[in-house]
Amino acid sequence: MKMGVTFAALSAVGLAGAASAQTELSLWYHGAGSANAEEATMLEVIEEFNASQSDWVVTIESFPPIAYNDAVDAAALAGDLPDILDVDGPVMPGWAWAGYMQPLGIDEGFVEGWLPGPIGRWNGEIYSVGFWDAAVAMTTRRSTLEKYDIRVPTLDAPWTGDEFMEALTKIRDSGDFDYAFDPGMAWTGEWYPYAFSPFLQSFGGDIVDRATYQTAEGVLNGDAAIAFGEWWQSLFTEGFAPGTSQDGAARETGLLNGNYAIQWNGNWAALPAVEAFGDDVLFLPAPDFGNGPKIGAASWQLGISATSEHPDGGRAFIEFAMQDKYFAKFSDGTGLIPSTASAAADTANYKEGGPMEVFYALSEAQAVLRPVTPGYRVQALVFEKALADIANGADVADTLDAAVDEIGADIEANGGYGH
Amino acid sequence: MASKLTRSNRAGWLMALPGTGLIALFIILPFFLAFAYSLTNQRLASPNPTEYVGFENYRELLGLAVFTLEPERDEAGNAVVEDGEIQYPRLRSFTRNNPDYPNLQGKREWISWQSGENRTVILASDVVFMKALVNTFTFVLIVAPVQAGLALGLALLINQKLRGISFFRAVYFMPVVVSIVVVSLLWRFIYSPGDGLLNNILTGLTFGAFEPRDWLGDPSTALGAIMAMSVWQGVGFHMVIWLAGLQTISPTLYEAASIEGANKWQTFRYVTWPGLRNTAVLILIVITMQAFALFAQIDVMTRGGPLDSTQVLVFQAVERGFGKQDISGGSTISVILFLIVLCISFIQRYLTRERT
Amino acid sequence: MALVSPDNRGLRLATRYAVLILVAIIFVFPLLFMAMSSLKPDFQLLNDTKSLRAFLPVGEISFDNYTAAFDRAPIGVFVFNSVLVTGVTVVLTLFVCSLAAFSFVFLDWKGRDVVFSILLATLIIPYETIFIPLLLMASQLPWIGGGGIEIGWLNTYRVQIIPFIADGLSIFLFVQYFRDLPRELIEASRVEGASWWTIYRRVVMPLSGPVIATAAILKFLFMYNQYLWPLMVVQAEEIRPVMIGLGYFTEQLNVPWGEVMAYLTVITVPVLAFYLSLQRVFIASVASTGVKG
Repeated sequence: MKMGVTFAALSAVGLAGAASAQTELSLWYHGAGSANAEEATMLEVIEEFNASQSDWVVTIESFPPIAYNDAVDAAALAGDLPDILDVDGPVMPGWAWAGYMQPLGIDEGFVEGWLPGPIGRWNGEIYSVGFWDAAVAMTTRRSTLEKYDIRVPTLDAPWTGDEFMEALTKIRDSGDFDYAFDPGMAWTGEWYPYAFSPFLQSFGGDIVDRATYQTAEGVLNGDAAIAFGEWWQSLFTEGFAPGTSQDGAARETGLLNGNYAIQWNGNWAALPAVEAFGDDVLFLPAPDFGNGPKIGAASWQLGISATSEHPDGGRAFIEFAMQDKYFAKFSDGTGLIPSTASAAADTANYKEGGPMEVFYALSEAQAVLRPVTPGYRVQALVFEKALADIANGADVADTLDAAVDEIGADIEANGGYGH
Repeated sequence: MASKLTRSNRAGWLMALPGTGLIALFIILPFFLAFAYSLTNQRLASPNPTEYVGFENYRELLGLAVFTLEPERDEAGNAVVEDGEIQYPRLRSFTRNNPDYPNLQGKREWISWQSGENRTVILASDVVFMKALVNTFTFVLIVAPVQAGLALGLALLINQKLRGISFFRAVYFMPVVVSIVVVSLLWRFIYSPGDGLLNNILTGLTFGAFEPRDWLGDPSTALGAIMAMSVWQGVGFHMVIWLAGLQTISPTLYEAASIEGANKWQTFRYVTWPGLRNTAVLILIVITMQAFALFAQIDVMTRGGPLDSTQVLVFQAVERGFGKQDISGGSTISVILFLIVLCISFIQRYLTRERT
Repeated sequence: MALVSPDNRGLRLATRYAVLILVAIIFVFPLLFMAMSSLKPDFQLLNDTKSLRAFLPVGEISFDNYTAAFDRAPIGVFVFNSVLVTGVTVVLTLFVCSLAAFSFVFLDWKGRDVVFSILLATLIIPYETIFIPLLLMASQLPWIGGGGIEIGWLNTYRVQIIPFIADGLSIFLFVQYFRDLPRELIEASRVEGASWWTIYRRVVMPLSGPVIATAAILKFLFMYNQYLWPLMVVQAEEIRPVMIGLGYFTEQLNVPWGEVMAYLTVITVPVLAFYLSLQRVFIASVASTGVKG
């Protein structure tokens, strides 16, 4: 371990003769192999921090994204966590509750004016903060909507659920596309709760009852949830959308190739659409199914591990890292949304008139955090399975009942998850 | 057997010790730990203390109940029929918070069938586990004989003296050397619905008569598709084992058979097959074990879907233990799997015992 | 047997090759798809999957994916680690397991049958199901290193190797094979006064080419394809194996398929080379020994 960290420090940070009085802080990062500038920017932040003061030296170990959470669990089990942890927003409460992390110890004023997504709170305390947020939009072409005489919705006047389905019906019946709508069923895993639970919330349901976080009864299988489920199922049974067997290839090329008319997609995939369609591209808000249009908030954040012997060092690094200039840098490198409006103004894509400006507004106006509970990791898996099963034709009420039971049993088995 | 020549406690122990010691430490001990976990509520990440819960985890997995649904009746007492189908009350009205049926609480329909006007339903506490159990057995029962048979066919095919035969042998073996994760990724493209690779090939071969299918997205074909791919991937390895067995059969036996005028089938039946007995036992056991351990294909290709049609035990054990952080639940499945396979291996050993 | 006319023989030969080639196509097409795709840009690669173009090096062909893949991840390090861990394990497995099997088959000792039955039972425990207790154990195991006794095996090569040296299947493979060896050979050597160790080394192992090859291949594949275990026990990039490296390419949502295919092609080569080299060894050894009369 020591060898590895030192090696990483030398090669990645380029810090040759380290001063003797400095204390080493290890940081684990989830973005190994990311082709875009995400990892590079992170390395740059670390390098500048290390150069900016003489007390601490941060060294980074990067993990492939899909292996990261499991690696942290294993390390926690073996008592081998680093000082600073990179953590996915919705996973943070679980890690905090399980004792992997400690509160950051920064005050609320620090995050004033931020988007809600990049702030990780648990039990009234801030545990983690992040550089960016992500947003999802209905991606399509102005010419497509005009051709079928469909109104272009706005942030203030989004499509209603009925309007949306009418639009899909027109497109489907024209036979011009393989599918009118691509929700992205190929992207299994976290995409399902992140991208699809806002639809459920717009119907008036939720994954778990946020008043107590002790049950999902009534919110995941109530009338609103069943209405959502029926709607969800109709997307697939009535031929509006490709089902769970969609492959990643179709997901990536479908809209650009003209096989799909409207795609529910994240801002990280927006640039290829801008390149392909130019001014014709549209990023539209989610439909309003009765309780307002909603999208998910999403962010990877930095926090301090419970076992760190130098939380003050970790805090110093995180406070240093959370500057507008780094937010802007991350955003320019990755296409993600910066955490603050002031940083957004400095970015290429989100400044006034920038091609993705709309996403900042979406994130600010409509973003809903995924359930803030340690039970989220299990709830996300249960929700994912329920949505896949419903899409494949399972009975809506029975499937949602089963999901409610499983979530309830898990909460009970974990003694209420500390709420 | 027990001649003085071969009797040696000290040498025997010494030579067996490294192997058995390592297995005891790294397989048997962890397995007993897993068994211990299965009697607790151990979680992967939790500040709560671990508690002993007895066989609760087993009950939650294996709980079953039988229930007879009576049709909805109109005022005259006749069953209500709509669109030619008898109407029943919803099962959830009995299984959810119904004080009259405490034994059904939280259970779900697993299997049901019609008996007269009534519908008999078997409910399970954990339908997904039950489906995983059935799918695992289906997989083993189909894949083991098919793969062993095909492998033998290939071994015979490749055991000819032909120019370039070692090239073909290498080619047939190639899928084996590719990681199953890699293979699964590739085959997802092949099984792609609509104008995917396999659909296009089949449409071409049948001059358009073939209807494109959604191989992995259709509950009726998903498990079959995974079986076909697994056989494709694994058959080369078992071909090599067969081949090793074939090559231990002395050529003089074949010469003798040919002198006596035996035809090909007779040669196979009376020379080749008896010579392959140990190999056959080995292959059957290896394939069965590998089939029970089915995991990577499911993890990469379907994650148990669609509609649980590809749920299998090891995938469930990993999904629970890691994904849902429920170590006790995952360990319980492991123990159940172990007991099942233990029974099967006893049966296998009995059936293939040396008849001396 | 009737005389076979030259024409007829030619036809039969042609049929045989036709069958061989047909079967070969079935086995090779996904790999061909992988290799060809590794030469194509993502967008074309994905579109080509809809037709036979998937198997042909057509369109925009280049090695860009390889360059990009090597830029993205330290592939050389991963391959080196995998080959090292796999190679060491295979060698140790062959020795430890054949020795144990030798003892089970040729020697009589107290408790032998009981121990063997227990070993057979372990054969049916999938590793996936014991990894969590194994992880907890590995984090507490002692090791004698340069600086005396240290606790904890995590994040080392040894934690990737030692738990996998001995397994029921490898022992079982050797046992099955040894049972077919002529016992007289061993007993004769014994009469001549050879030690067990000498018999193992000089008599039995030289006759065991095929089973060594089989056990080696099986172990090699298992070790080279390890994913879940290294994921749990290895943190430092310098000792990560190839299957963890795959994670560098399957990014969360948009996957660079061309690079994935290039990476898959690269990591498949060592295994193929290993098999091809062994194939010759074991065919030669079979030919020279003529085991089993």
